[in-house]
Amino acid sequence: MRWHKIYGLSLRHIYLIRNSFPRILDLIYWPSVQVFLWGFISEFFTINSSYYNNTAGVILTAAILYDFLFRSSISYNMMFLEEIWSRNFTNLFIAPIKISEIITALTMTAILRTLIGLVPAVLVAIPLFGVSIFKLGIPLIFLLVALYIFGISLGLLVTAGLLRFGPSFENIAWASLFFLAPLGCIYYPIEILPDALQMVAKSLPLVHIFEEMRNILIDQTVNSFEIFKSIMISFIYFVFGVIIFYTAYYGAKIKGTLINIGE
Amino acid sequence: MNIKVKNLSKKFNNFIAVNNINFTLEKNKTLGLLGSNGCGKTTSIGMMLGLITPTSGEVIIDNKNVNNTNRSDLLSKMNFASPYIELPKKLTVQQNLQVYGRLYGVKDLKNRISEISEDLNLNNFLNKNTGELSSGQKNRVSLAKSLINKPDILFLDEPTASLDPDIGDFVRQYIEIYKSKNQITIILASHNMKEVERLCDTIIMMKEGQIVDRGTCKDLVSRHGRNNLEDTFLKIARSKK
Repeated sequence: MRWHKIYGLSLRHIYLIRNSFPRILDLIYWPSVQVFLWGFISEFFTINSSYYNNTAGVILTAAILYDFLFRSSISYNMMFLEEIWSRNFTNLFIAPIKISEIITALTMTAILRTLIGLVPAVLVAIPLFGVSIFKLGIPLIFLLVALYIFGISLGLLVTAGLLRFGPSFENIAWASLFFLAPLGCIYYPIEILPDALQMVAKSLPLVHIFEEMRNILIDQTVNSFEIFKSIMISFIYFVFGVIIFYTAYYGAKIKGTLINIGE
Repeated sequence: MNIKVKNLSKKFNNFIAVNNINFTLEKNKTLGLLGSNGCGKTTSIGMMLGLITPTSGEVIIDNKNVNNTNRSDLLSKMNFASPYIELPKKLTVQQNLQVYGRLYGVKDLKNRISEISEDLNLNNFLNKNTGELSSGQKNRVSLAKSLINKPDILFLDEPTASLDPDIGDFVRQYIEIYKSKNQITIILASHNMKEVERLCDTIIMMKEGQIVDRGTCKDLVSRHGRNNLEDTFLKIARSKK
């Protein structure tokens, strides 16, 4: 692993963000809209729901954490799509950069893109709705780690599809997280799901992350084992994502898509 | 660095893109790959760059098999330019050269960028977004990127396509000068016969994935009883197999 190459590839995306104010605005705009929307919904449920009674901000905190996952994954996909859209894909793959270095560079740059969008939204939520995700305390760090690893894993799976099938896979990139959201139990407890779906949901780290978030905010209890489990499940998905990405890369070399992708 | 291509074939489903080609290219020589569109030139280059896995056969560069070796070690000594592949449009020329310089691990990158910008007359638009450049300017930037690491092997796919005669001549002249000053092996795919005549030591004629003839420009022209390479190309391209 050579860090100057990882830095070089990260620099390509940092320059892209730095050169364009509309791009920065776009990164900030959507998370902020989410905060406004869910902030008002959260206020309504706090007043009208017995489950959320007197527990201001559970829904908004869930919305912010889910957006963190969404932005991590989409940032990863977007950086890969940027290479396809700019027809730079072949230049990248003939550069002496290893797949592991590409994955590392995209993983590191995705956090930057995610934070540019999310930090203003998180800060806005404090004075506007009196909701701070920092109320989760130290466990917040571990919940974010689990979400980030899972977000990157989804990004890896989608980019593997882009690598193997080309830009036609782009729509899947946008749909991937919406597909998982109902099973993630982001805004409701797992008991709401039918029994069969509960089994599937438990195999995702999201259920453990969001259940734990609710435990901390509503019952003021921290279950370290659940947090650890969520990180481990995310990590298993990450390893699976890396394997699929490598498989897609070798498949693309056989299919010849690395030389004409984007055309 | 020398290149040996041994029994190289590539099949996409039922279509044979490259059919058992063999050639050797010695260090510091320029090879022209000629043939009609779809004859297998780009697929052959893709296999030599390790971007496409051959169905059979092998590409040996400096005694190392491209598909079995640590690809990134070989790639650091190679580079590629093609008008069909672009650099990120929203990055300035300087930023693109910085990014690729780092990816290729170029030492003293600042000086290398100044040197190549001077040589290829990029200084006037070094801080302009690459997407805002004319075809001629983009082409020179692409060439600069392909030479940023001072490659031992350079692959050029139609380096002067869509350029006006003046810029086209500038690029050809630059390649000639660069080659005279540096030890470099070049593989050039082109449809510009004058360019091939001017730059290439040997030529390979491809048709339907196969090598149908090879030799120096002079040899090919006289063997086919034509006056120039363009007529020779037409004769081969239009002949029935």
